[in-house]
Amino acid sequence: MIQLEVQDLHKCYGANEVLKGVSLRAEAGDVISLIGSSGSGKSTFLRCINFLEHPNAGRIFVHGEELKLRPDGHGALIPEAKQLQLVRTRLAMVFQHFNLWAHMTVLQNVIEAPISVLKLSRAEAMERAQRHLERVGIWSHKDSYPAHLSGGQQQRVAIARALAMEPDVLLFDEPTSALDPELVGEVLKVMRRLAEEGRTMVVVTHEMGFAREVSNHVIFLHKGLIEEQGNPKEVLKNPSCERLQQFLSGQLK
Amino acid sequence: MLDFAIIIDSLPDFARGTWLSLQLMLLSLLAGFIAALPLAVARSSSSILLSRSVGFYTYVFRGTPMLVQLLLIYYGLSQFEWMQRGWEEGNPVLLLFREPFFCAWLAFALNTTAYTTEIFAGVFKNTPIGEIEAGRATGMTHFTLLRRIVIPAGLRRAIPTYSNEVILMLQGSAIASAVTLVDLTGAARYVYSRHFAPFEAFIFAGIIYMLLTFFLVGIFRFAELRWLAHLRPRS
Repeated sequence: MIQLEVQDLHKCYGANEVLKGVSLRAEAGDVISLIGSSGSGKSTFLRCINFLEHPNAGRIFVHGEELKLRPDGHGALIPEAKQLQLVRTRLAMVFQHFNLWAHMTVLQNVIEAPISVLKLSRAEAMERAQRHLERVGIWSHKDSYPAHLSGGQQQRVAIARALAMEPDVLLFDEPTSALDPELVGEVLKVMRRLAEEGRTMVVVTHEMGFAREVSNHVIFLHKGLIEEQGNPKEVLKNPSCERLQQFLSGQLK
Repeated sequence: MLDFAIIIDSLPDFARGTWLSLQLMLLSLLAGFIAALPLAVARSSSSILLSRSVGFYTYVFRGTPMLVQLLLIYYGLSQFEWMQRGWEEGNPVLLLFREPFFCAWLAFALNTTAYTTEIFAGVFKNTPIGEIEAGRATGMTHFTLLRRIVIPAGLRRAIPTYSNEVILMLQGSAIASAVTLVDLTGAARYVYSRHFAPFEAFIFAGIIYMLLTFFLVGIFRFAELRWLAHLRPRS
């Protein structure tokens, strides 16, 4: 079962083309790591999937359903609003800077979208919230405000918030890049558990350990193009392209 | 020293004046708050036409003194023939413009709406982009995003600035006496002219304004404790 498929995605800012035809296909249970140096377009690619950025060309299928896109006259593709909202509930996103709603407590953050978007009853949303907050180990902080938590705790709340939507695919946009080194581990541990549960995940990351050990597919992006992809154990061990060799040797320093 | 006999003798006048000042202030603030919400959403929207037209309104009302606005509404509108005809015909809406209380309320409400709109629009525009993206990414509609994220978060951050607007409205309501209303300042003037006791009249009025302000500050301090807890450092 293909959960998410992206075909030949293009994106430019003015004359600067940052994605030059990138494709991706995620079957149920796949954990795909997107790696590459900054400016390679990996975050932009992820943000184009749920239209936080508007691609200029390409096709996107979620759960076999193609997004209806039309050009907006400036070259960008605009999705149909109703369908986009539905698709976004199937693709949950975890951000580099957590992006929790600051005026809401941990619990309120997690029940918000299930109630206001999925129209769940409060009781159902609470039940889901408790389940997912317990799973990421932060239920005891349910009444805290985000600003009163550490970065690692905030990111775990953000993961619980994404899980509470019970999505088909989880999108992670550099989930550990804004964390202090000693807090990275607790977030990676949660992500590893999600992978082991068989969740479909697309992860933009700088964590080569995660890419190698947790994901079953790795995509190396360079200047808006896929330079190399495949099984991480092989690709990361014996990269065939020179750019990936350079990139990996830079990582190990 | 102050002649307390005069003050005690005039307490009923001060009480009636205070009550009128409070009514004017609270009713105009209420109208201003309700009107400012949609106007601020329009003002902070990405539509240039919407934003500019609300901007024109706030520019006019923030660009002229409230006293001038009040005098124009109360004395100016009655010069129009259609207004006088309306009064003769007993038009219930136009007859309101003969009432000084209604004219003062309207001027104050229009004025505070303009200021409140700009305060709210400012905080709405300052919503962290990440919080908006997080909402969009869960599939929230534009309306849900406003209702659940932008407006509740913005109103909380607006509390300290808005408290200033409320206090300014209390002090600003003193100009109601320009259109024959006997508000707190009007009462003080009356006491002064009856007893020729300027200190007793105006100092006591000043003390009442200060007490009211003290009370308002307390309410807003409580509001900040209640609604701005998420911005305080952890205790």
